[in-house]
Amino acid sequence: MMVLQSLLRQPMHGYALVQHIKQRSNELLQVEEGSLYPALQRLLKEGQVKAEWEISPSNRRVRTYRITHAGKKHLEREISSFERMLEGITLVLSPSES
Amino acid sequence: MNWFRQLFTRNRIYSDLSEEIEQHLTEKVEALIASGMSRPQAEQAARREFGNVARVNERGREIWMWPRLEGIFADVNFAIRKLRKSPGFSVTAILTLALGIGANVVVFSVLNGLILRPLDVPQPENLFQVVHGNGKTRWTSQSYRDYLDYRDRDASFSGLMAYQIQRVGLSVGKSNTRSWGYAASGNYFDVLGLKPVLGRFFHSTDEHGPASAPFIVLSYDFWHRQFNGSTDVLGQTIQLNQHPFTVIGVSPESFHGTDDFLWPDYWFPLLNATQVTGNDDLSWRDHYAFDVMGRLKPGVTPHQATDSLNALATQMAKEDRKDDGLSATVIQAGPNGKTENPMKKALLGIMLLALLILLAACANLASIFAARAADRSGELAIRMAIGSSRWHILRQLLTEAVLISIAGGVVGTFFAWLLLRALSHWQPFNDFPTHFLISPDYRVYVAAMALSIVSGLLFGLLPARQIWNTDVLQTIKTGTLQSETFRGFALRDILLVVQIAVCTLLVTASLVAARGMKRTLQVPLGFQPHNVTLAQTDLRMAGYTGEQSVPLLKRMIDAASTIPGVTAAGADSLPFKEGGGWFVYRWGTTEFLPSHMAFGAATYLISPGYLQTAGTRLMAGRDFTWHDDKSTPGVAIINETFAHKLFGNESAIGQRFMLWADAKYEVVGVVEDGKYGLLVEDPQPAMFFPVTQGPGGHLPTRAVVIVRSQRPQDQITAELRKAVTGVEPNVPYTIAPWNDAIDRSMIPARAATVVLSIMGMLAAMLAVTGIFGMASYSVSKRMKEQGIRIALGAQHLQVMHSTLGRPAVLLLIGSVVGLLLGIFTSSLMSHLVAYATPRDPVILAGVLLTMLFLGLLATVIPARRTLAIDPAQLLRE
Repeated sequence: MMVLQSLLRQPMHGYALVQHIKQRSNELLQVEEGSLYPALQRLLKEGQVKAEWEISPSNRRVRTYRITHAGKKHLEREISSFERMLEGITLVLSPSES
Repeated sequence: MNWFRQLFTRNRIYSDLSEEIEQHLTEKVEALIASGMSRPQAEQAARREFGNVARVNERGREIWMWPRLEGIFADVNFAIRKLRKSPGFSVTAILTLALGIGANVVVFSVLNGLILRPLDVPQPENLFQVVHGNGKTRWTSQSYRDYLDYRDRDASFSGLMAYQIQRVGLSVGKSNTRSWGYAASGNYFDVLGLKPVLGRFFHSTDEHGPASAPFIVLSYDFWHRQFNGSTDVLGQTIQLNQHPFTVIGVSPESFHGTDDFLWPDYWFPLLNATQVTGNDDLSWRDHYAFDVMGRLKPGVTPHQATDSLNALATQMAKEDRKDDGLSATVIQAGPNGKTENPMKKALLGIMLLALLILLAACANLASIFAARAADRSGELAIRMAIGSSRWHILRQLLTEAVLISIAGGVVGTFFAWLLLRALSHWQPFNDFPTHFLISPDYRVYVAAMALSIVSGLLFGLLPARQIWNTDVLQTIKTGTLQSETFRGFALRDILLVVQIAVCTLLVTASLVAARGMKRTLQVPLGFQPHNVTLAQTDLRMAGYTGEQSVPLLKRMIDAASTIPGVTAAGADSLPFKEGGGWFVYRWGTTEFLPSHMAFGAATYLISPGYLQTAGTRLMAGRDFTWHDDKSTPGVAIINETFAHKLFGNESAIGQRFMLWADAKYEVVGVVEDGKYGLLVEDPQPAMFFPVTQGPGGHLPTRAVVIVRSQRPQDQITAELRKAVTGVEPNVPYTIAPWNDAIDRSMIPARAATVVLSIMGMLAAMLAVTGIFGMASYSVSKRMKEQGIRIALGAQHLQVMHSTLGRPAVLLLIGSVVGLLLGIFTSSLMSHLVAYATPRDPVILAGVLLTMLFLGLLATVIPARRTLAIDPAQLLRE
């Protein structure tokens, strides 16, 4: 979800994606950088992202991922269901009003 | 087709992934250097933060795989590599299993072909046979009159047909053969629901009274054999006993009549049977000559049909006293319908034994696998230690087991197929068109595969428990796997006991069979078939009546008597050849109803001198003479059982009995009892009439010339043929030693003996390899220990005791268990062979000796290895 959300903003390659997520989460999410790649492969297989080899601004050959139409659809669904879940959790956890 | 494309693009995906990861690391390293780290530090930090590169690669790849399927592929691959590395083990295991499975495939095919198979007709499950009688005493034939009543007055069947087997002289152009066919009711083919491959069948609409339908339908095989499958055959004339029949059609290739094993060559309407055979089979209510089969109406159960037919039979008995006591039972037609089939019990018994062999083979393999797992315990423990799950290792070992079992199944099925193909071409009766459809069909292959896989799982799972409970640390330290124990007995010990018990059981069974066989061969026959040759024919084929045939038979006997060195006589039929019987009534009976008869007796018409030639002892009275003919009162010779049954302890000579009102006889002689159809039958009443009188004055057209001679068989055969054809050249003769017929009646018992012996040997082989394996394993494992003991002064006997004691004890336990099983199942064995039981002390002793011998055979090599231990050398190593 985070990957798709990040890619929605702009296409990125793997390393940039890791840095982006780290930054955005204020270094709260301490994940192994490598664990991103299996996740990307899964999204690729499911057709939610597509990848192409490009030359980056820093003149590197990098593999840039873009979100696809299917990916956007999936993201919307995921977000709405996540929000519902969050809402539920909040309701349960918040001090009882009655 | 996405997955299909993936299959080919996968390599690119993988290399892209690897390259991407490399790029990531480079970029990270550069970033870290830019932030002030040295290169080695940066590289280390980058890798630390990234995690395990290989693992990430693998997990990335896994996403594109079908993990379970490919895991299994990998397992299979690995298993094949592993098995190829130890070919001795693999070949032994595969062959062991092939034996077990092959034996089962053979027995199951025979069972399938002889018993489970339905008839080759459309919807065989809805074809039922109406048999005579109820409860235990059943026979299949019905009278034609009763059949007509059943057909026309009962509502259970949508169609009911009747047929009888006929053997008649068949001439096509000039060729003359004696051939088997059916005389069938007009609706025969319509009830079965068959369509001809050529021409048409006959129908009920063709029936217009006696001899109204001179049509003949040929079987597909006969059409090809005799007419090369030519379509010109339609409209041709075929002579049956010199009566012309027109060929109207050919039956489908897959249809072989409605009997279990006899394949008829042709079918003709039964209304024409009297014309062909000269016998009136149609007019008498108490003359049971036809098999009756039909299709039940939808929704009618065989049980309801039986009740309905019996109600009708009671009604019929009121109308005609000849039907007194008539009853009927409706059963499934074909081999699978006969529940009271002794062959079925015998074959089921053998099937059970075959399954036991497979069990023994599995036990054998399980112990080999357990030993192998123990030997590989180091490898397995290391694999577990570096993170392989127990489930993974289990799956791996099971894959190996199933792989071996499938290979064993394929090899076993192949050999079984070869054997069965030979067997199904086997025609034990040279003048009788029997076929045993025992070549394996899909059911057999499915059963074989299922058996293989089940047995693979069986012997794979037993050692699996051992692995499941492995303590990795302990195993790596000691290098051996703790073996499974059950109350002090190792799993392997139990497996060995099972093998030995099965082996003992089978050895018992084969010894019982062999002994029963030997006893059967010593049973007095009531005649001496050795050195006797028979020339058989039916003179009706040349158009003769009984009145004309008997003088011809006399001339043939006279011609045969002139052959140097022979004594000759004649008869219409002989024990163990075609023969019939009549109901016997006490003197003074007036109503000849089946319920009034004394008993049925085997009946033979013989010439003077027959008793002497056949070697049958005359106990009292006289032989017939050529003067006992139609002009003199009826005379009979009876056997001792007949005499005892009808006249008790009084002297039978001069007593009288009747067959029907016009057939009255005075007993002039009594002969010894004998066997008439089976070597294992109980004493049967039998009677002999002069061939010149016949039963009630009906003279026979069937003729057998019998000669006894010490001269070589081929000379006698040639000279006998010359003698009989010199008298009447226009009929075919079957010339063969009498012993052939008796040998043939022994085929089932012989086959059972051979099968049991083969199974006994298979089981013995398994037991020997099992004991051998166990003994040599324990010897090699304790080699060092024994060396030390010998060095410390242990005697040979003590060393032997410690290594071979356990196998010996197991052998003893297994033998006793097997023997007890054998005694408990003796009733089962009595279905297989007569005259023998496992309780016989000779057999008990034989079994124990055999097992002792097998035990010695299996332990002699390990024992010699133990004795050859040189402690000095062993300790130095």
